[in-house]
Amino acid sequence: MLQVATKRDASHIRVFTPRDTLRSFISGTGARFQVATGSLFGLSAIREGNQQVQKKATGSWLRSSVQIFAAILGTATAALADSRSPALSPTNIFSPDSTPARSIFRLSRFGLEVEGAIFVVVFSLLAYVVVKFRQRQGDDDEEPAQVYGSNQMELAWTVLPVLIVVVLFLSTAQVIHRVQDAKRPPDAIEVTAVGHQFWWEYRYAQYGFVAANELHVPVSDAAHPTPTFIALLSSDVDHSFWVPRLAGKTDLIPNHPNSMWIDPQETGLFLGQCAQYCGAQHAKMLLRVYVQSRADFDSWVHNQQQPAVSDPSVAAGRAMFQAKLCFICHTVRGTPAVGQVGPDLTHLMSRDTIGSGAVPNTPENLRKWIRDPGTFKPGSLMPAQDLTDDQLNQIAAYLETLR
Amino acid sequence: MASESIPLTIRTNPLAVVYEWLATVDHKKIGIMYIVYALLFLVVMGIEAILMRIQLAHANATFLSPQLFNRLFTLHGTTGIFFVAMPILFGFGNYLVPLMIGARDMAFPRLNAFSFWMTALGGFLLYGSVFAGGPLSQAGSAPDVGWFAYAPLTSPAFSPGHSTDYWTLSLLVAGVGSIGAAVNFVATILSMRCEGMTLGRMPLFAWMNLVMGGLVLVTISPLTAAQIMLMIDRYIGGHFFDTDAGGSVVMWMHFFWIFGHPEVYVLIIPCFGFVSEIVPVFSRKAMFGYPAMVAATVGIGFVSLGVWAHHMFTVGMPSYGNAFFVLTTMVVAVPTGIKIFNWLATMWGGKIRFATPMLFCIAFLFQFLIAGLTGIALSIAPFNWQLGNSYFVVAHFHYVIVGGILFTIFAAFYYWFPKMTGRMLSEKIGKWHFWLFVIGFHLTFDFMHIPGLLGMPRRVYTYEANRGWETWNMISSIGAVVQAIAILLFVYNMIESYYKGATAGNDPWDAWTLEWATPSPPPHYNFAAVPAVQSRRPLWDIKHPEDPDWKYE
Amino acid sequence: MSATGMEIPATASWKLPSRGRVGMYCLILAESAIFAIFIAAYIFYIGKSISGPAPRQILAVPIVASVGLWASSFTIHWAVAALAKGKTWIFAGLWFLTLALGAFFIGATAREWHHLIYDEGFTIQTNLFGTTYYALVGLHASHVIIGLIALTVVMVFALFGKVRPEHHERCEILSLYWHFVDVVWVVVFIVVYGLS
Repeated sequence: MLQVATKRDASHIRVFTPRDTLRSFISGTGARFQVATGSLFGLSAIREGNQQVQKKATGSWLRSSVQIFAAILGTATAALADSRSPALSPTNIFSPDSTPARSIFRLSRFGLEVEGAIFVVVFSLLAYVVVKFRQRQGDDDEEPAQVYGSNQMELAWTVLPVLIVVVLFLSTAQVIHRVQDAKRPPDAIEVTAVGHQFWWEYRYAQYGFVAANELHVPVSDAAHPTPTFIALLSSDVDHSFWVPRLAGKTDLIPNHPNSMWIDPQETGLFLGQCAQYCGAQHAKMLLRVYVQSRADFDSWVHNQQQPAVSDPSVAAGRAMFQAKLCFICHTVRGTPAVGQVGPDLTHLMSRDTIGSGAVPNTPENLRKWIRDPGTFKPGSLMPAQDLTDDQLNQIAAYLETLR
Repeated sequence: MASESIPLTIRTNPLAVVYEWLATVDHKKIGIMYIVYALLFLVVMGIEAILMRIQLAHANATFLSPQLFNRLFTLHGTTGIFFVAMPILFGFGNYLVPLMIGARDMAFPRLNAFSFWMTALGGFLLYGSVFAGGPLSQAGSAPDVGWFAYAPLTSPAFSPGHSTDYWTLSLLVAGVGSIGAAVNFVATILSMRCEGMTLGRMPLFAWMNLVMGGLVLVTISPLTAAQIMLMIDRYIGGHFFDTDAGGSVVMWMHFFWIFGHPEVYVLIIPCFGFVSEIVPVFSRKAMFGYPAMVAATVGIGFVSLGVWAHHMFTVGMPSYGNAFFVLTTMVVAVPTGIKIFNWLATMWGGKIRFATPMLFCIAFLFQFLIAGLTGIALSIAPFNWQLGNSYFVVAHFHYVIVGGILFTIFAAFYYWFPKMTGRMLSEKIGKWHFWLFVIGFHLTFDFMHIPGLLGMPRRVYTYEANRGWETWNMISSIGAVVQAIAILLFVYNMIESYYKGATAGNDPWDAWTLEWATPSPPPHYNFAAVPAVQSRRPLWDIKHPEDPDWKYE
Repeated sequence: MSATGMEIPATASWKLPSRGRVGMYCLILAESAIFAIFIAAYIFYIGKSISGPAPRQILAVPIVASVGLWASSFTIHWAVAALAKGKTWIFAGLWFLTLALGAFFIGATAREWHHLIYDEGFTIQTNLFGTTYYALVGLHASHVIIGLIALTVVMVFALFGKVRPEHHERCEILSLYWHFVDVVWVVVFIVVYGLS
């Protein structure tokens, strides 16, 4: 015999088959529910019983909460989005300054609005249900009417989400196509970015030089666009190029070339960092994109194209650079140093930072870095150098001439 | 009839007790072992989380070295999925499914025990890595490749030593256990239901376990295959993921996510089952739309097999590839959303009792709604190009796993602890646990979305001060401490109530499914006479003989 | 009166699928998924090796062993049918034939591999083709070996006269596994020796 502990007197239960309209349900409970959906779909759930009623003007309650929520969402987006001086962060995805980022921003705003509306509706239902249908003091022990389902309601709340999905999908597909399949105009700048553990190599094949860690691009005019197309390769593991204000991220994957493009419309410095876990110093593989006027960009290019400055006063340092085997990993164009494991140092002093954005490029930091990169980036692949103070100063002095 | 309440053991010899548990093939004991095992690892992963949150509370902090941090997030993720979430759900399923379908045990009791011990072995292997190799203070040889272990980071060149192998082997072993458990669930549910219990009359929790079991069978295997390939690469010179030989590391991503995405449905579907059992009982109403709930779940199971590359939107798939996965991901949201409406409709017109299990379920509804919406945001591929691999994703999946899965697991504890132990958990401590955990959860994970929107990538041991991320990280870290306190309260509640809780009796919640027809805890044979049923709520039929369910179904 | 004490309208007799059969189908489903991944890898890497031999240069189609393996599906099917009819010695003979055909297949694979490794110098390390070929064929061969072990156990029981007609269902469930291994070989055969 199954053992059952009966806690309630079940003699007054009535069970209903779901065949009546929502409106009679509502009038039965006395609540004024001013949503039109009841009549639209002929909803067929019914409930009778001794439910106590709160005479809330639920319709206007719903309306005002929608208004409040829309206001909050609008304010929040406005607060997060400010293209002139990005509020809250230099890497705010809601402060786009380039067509890909801007397309994404517009689409995401639309998506968030749709989701916000869904949230308001469902949350309101949840809040209403939790308040309205709670068991109250002095309630009798009767079980409420048992409702097993309603085909019309279930159809309605299936069809509506499907429609939302169709709308969202079509708007998304459009932006995907626009960003990914964009044609490259003839004026485009072309750079190849190669990801390394834990620094960025930039090859400007058009101009015949290789730079590292700080990407320079010209500003793009909306009337005559000069976007920069970046080919993305990797020499070791997976990385990802993410400068939020300029574009979404794209991964750098060995044996799987990728491509992205940006067309920043304002000059300035744009920050980002590697966004695919690549090992110990993933966190400090930072990105710096310098968007410059055409004139400034051209003069930067011109400088980068020159071979390394050959200053006779640091000849000792140049010799020490060879003697301590730095050339095995680093390139200094115009000298025998042609190593490719580490960043190109030909114009090291044209960079604001060292260690891929880890620290500012000052004489003191440079010396600390050379002596032991682990000071700033423990786990970096450049080994600590066994140097006396003199040797260190000579090498640093040499490097400081590489403008 | 006097209730037979045989205590869990009648021997007092400690060795005999230990042997009894080690050698048991009883689904109830195995279920409890799974649950206790998972709770131990829940505490471990909570400690890992707190350590990471301390490190991330400030920019450029030096509390943890990068190497240690990277091991911690790898262990945290791997432990959470394989040694907390899966075991605890297998545990509840093991305990409850036979009782709910009127069976005396699972279909294959010895396979059941074997599966548990394989899972347990996997956990010990993974944490054995901490004690092997390098300095203990740096977590030894624990893996540091992230829980999805992307190639080529896992190749011998970039992962020298054995840390990656601990990851691979522990999961291979645990995977065998998972497949064994899944075989058992499917066979039990299809072959061992009591008379009258057609598939259309099973408790929804049993349906969820059936779908979960089927999904495990097709989803764990791809991971097993990929791991075998990885071992071939690492140990006998294979080239599956060797780019120098023309291999593709994107292929690892595909195989991993073919496992990884359905896996999260494996985790959430039994939790839907918890909610579908608890919400009706505490609303005093039948589940609204049972057939739709079943159809939606089966639909989710199938569609979830086709969405995996939404984890790979940034990898450089062609535009039509990206668009396809946008579509499938949005489509899978439809049956998932429908379930929320069904639960709301169940509560509609009811008489809601706010006992602790119901509180956790209501919070689940709220949080799962938000998690689903942030998921839709992430399914918009261009938006994903910004948000992917950022803290927005971390916030989203913790919203699902903690806000969704863990909340329903707490609900399940409060609901079924009386059945498993014969004692009620304290409602008072339960409410403290609930509210503290809600506050801590929202502090941590609501605000965690913001650094993602402001450009913070995941898996970073520290960050620059000039990015504007610090305040939000600090708030998240504070929330973590609040959650830890709530969990300690929960553990205390369980321990105290086990010894001093109010006696539960057979059916403390006035519920309707077969497990409530047995004593608490049930005798080892479950049912003295195998029951026969006529409807989805056999106990409702008994309690309301003038108005049984079978007249209306 | 049932155990619940309720009056239940007369139902058809309560029949559920056998748990052994369901369990075996589940196992087959899981194993199919593993094979699917290895097959996907093989197909994806066709033509992508950057050096080393291509399939058509060094593979010889193992037609005899394959036909033998597929024939063993028939022999095992007949064996089980014989057992169901009570013909235990015919069962034993056909079962042994199945075992022999399976063992022959493994022997042929071993010989092929020996030739490839020692005469052609073609190993799992050679190139992408080598890796995917040995992995896929090896995965299948390992499943055949596990099947052979199970078949051997039953063979030993049969030789001691312990396998009786009432065990035919269990043998049939085991034969499902063997059929699965054969069907997988159809797919692997087409992919490796056909597509390449």
